[in-house]
This record gives sequence, structure tokens and C-alpha cells, in this order.
Amino acid sequence: MKFFDDIAIGDVTEFGSHTFTAEAIKRFARTYDPQPFHIDEAAAAASLFGALTASGWHTMAVMMKLIAAAGGPLPAGAADGADCARLGPSPGFDDLRWLRPVFAGGTLTYRATVTGKRESRSRPGWGVVSSRFEAHEATGEKAMDVIVHDLVELQSKVV
Amino acid sequence: MRHFEDFAVGQRLALAPFHVTAKEITAFAAEFGSLPGEFDPAADGALPAASGWHGCAIFMAMMCRAWLCEAEFLGSPGVDKVRWQRPIQAGDRLGGFSEVIALRPSKSRPELGIISFRHSVTNAAGDIVLSLDNPAMVARRPMTANGPAAGADDRAAAS
Repeated sequence: MKFFDDIAIGDVTEFGSHTFTAEAIKRFARTYDPQPFHIDEAAAAASLFGALTASGWHTMAVMMKLIAAAGGPLPAGAADGADCARLGPSPGFDDLRWLRPVFAGGTLTYRATVTGKRESRSRPGWGVVSSRFEAHEATGEKAMDVIVHDLVELQSKVV
Repeated sequence: MRHFEDFAVGQRLALAPFHVTAKEITAFAAEFGSLPGEFDPAADGALPAASGWHGCAIFMAMMCRAWLCEAEFLGSPGVDKVRWQRPIQAGDRLGGFSEVIALRPSKSRPELGIISFRHSVTNAAGDIVLSLDNPAMVARRPMTANGPAAGADDRAAAS
């Protein structure tokens, strides 16, 4: 990942795609979000959604999986591996919107665009980068939108 | 079932207790990954900590088990603000509450109302580890010419 000083507003990172199977939707929801429209096809058919849908939190957990696979939530740096910016604990996120239900078999493609950056007041040497993460369906329609704040080192210590 | 009319500003609904185990943290991280900066190893010692998104999923489970799955809950457009305030660690016994901050009938959909919640997840020491501000859609009690109809529970109690 790039250091804070090397990240520009407007930088885009692509995180790839994930398909939500009915089995995975039900398994996640049985543990964390056991609402009828997430755990049972028949109950889901009778619900407002009309079919089984993934828990919104499942779509966010998958986002983390893709972020982890990409090496982090912020733009990749040219020197990654040799001199990679460290990530600190994220303060949180704002304005999460689940815009469309994600049905079984649906595929989401995730990407992030840097929208803001500021130096941390409480942690000298660190900065907060805010990014708009979006997930789009295969049809191109947006299913999820959120602004996540990440804490990252300001600059390389390698001289 | 709890309807929109059964909520009031200032009301606090307890979240179900949740005992976080190392096994659960490991299982979630094995499926969805984790980010290196999500907890500070120097501050947290050797205890495994849940990722921020795992914390959100745990919160959802606590809310479902406590009250959400017993309410006429019609979904949520999203979450306005989430702050990961302290790490959630293996061994933590979590509790907390959902507080009603505001409520209003929907103008465009007379069958439901919008309730704004501030959810607080706390550890055994009483510290808030996770806070979420979240609007939710809850069904209104069906109306008759004479006012609100009796709910299913009321009818059952009367028969």
C-alpha cells in the first residue's frame, strides 16, 4: 500500500468480484443475521424481497475478504513488499447504504475511490484516508456504498 | 410482534449478551480475512481480536437475538455512522443496548415508520467498544376505520 503522502484524492483501487451462493448466504445469516429472508427460501419468497437475499453485513464481510486479498484497503504502492505503508486501527465508517438486495447467485464487484485525507491529530506520523467503497452488480447497478476511514503511516521510514 | 407504535423516543432495548471466543474469531478470519491494522498488537497483547466487520456482524446477532427478530422489522437502508472504539477480544462478554433517538411515520409509505437508533455495544468493564447510528423501517400497526387494529398478539391474548 502507498503511504499517506503518496495517496491522491481520486485514486481508484479495484478489489475484484464475489458470487454469493444460497448456501453461504444462509450459513452467514444463521450465525449473525437470522432474519427469515436471509435463512429460508420459502420465508424469503413470502417477504418484501420475494427471494433469498444476503445479509448486508455478509456483503461487508466479503468486502473485507477482498481487501485482505488485495493487501489492504488503500492504493497499492510500487514498492509493496519492500516498503509497504502500515495500516493502523480504522476509526470507523459513515453513510453505509445497502441500495439493492443481493440475491442468491448474485455477483458483486468492489472498488474504492479516495475522497479525502487529513493528518491524525491523536497519532503523530499517521493520517486518515477516507474512501468511498462501492459494490456493483453484474448488471452495473450499484448495490452498496460506504465511506470508510483508514489510518495509514504518513511516509516511508526507509531512506 | 412489536410494531412502530410500540417504540418511544428515549426507550432502551437491551442487546443479547454475547461471549466472544477465540474459535469464533479464528473461524470468521479464516473465511473473511482480517486487516493487519485492525488492532494494535502492542496494546492488545496476544489475545486474538475480532475484525471491525466481525464486530458489526456480532452486533447484528446480538440485536436479532434480543428484539429485532421479534419486531415487524422491514429492513434498513443502511448505517449512518459506525465507530470502532475499542478492540473486541477473545473472552469478551459483550452487552449493550439500542436506544431510540427519533421516530417518524414514513410520508411515502404509510404502512411503515422510520426509527433512528443509536446502538452501543459494551464490554464487561462497561466501555463502549462499538457504536452504530442506524435508521430502521418498522411496520405500523394495521389501521381500521376505528383506529389501529389489534395486533396478532392482542388477538391471541383475547381469545
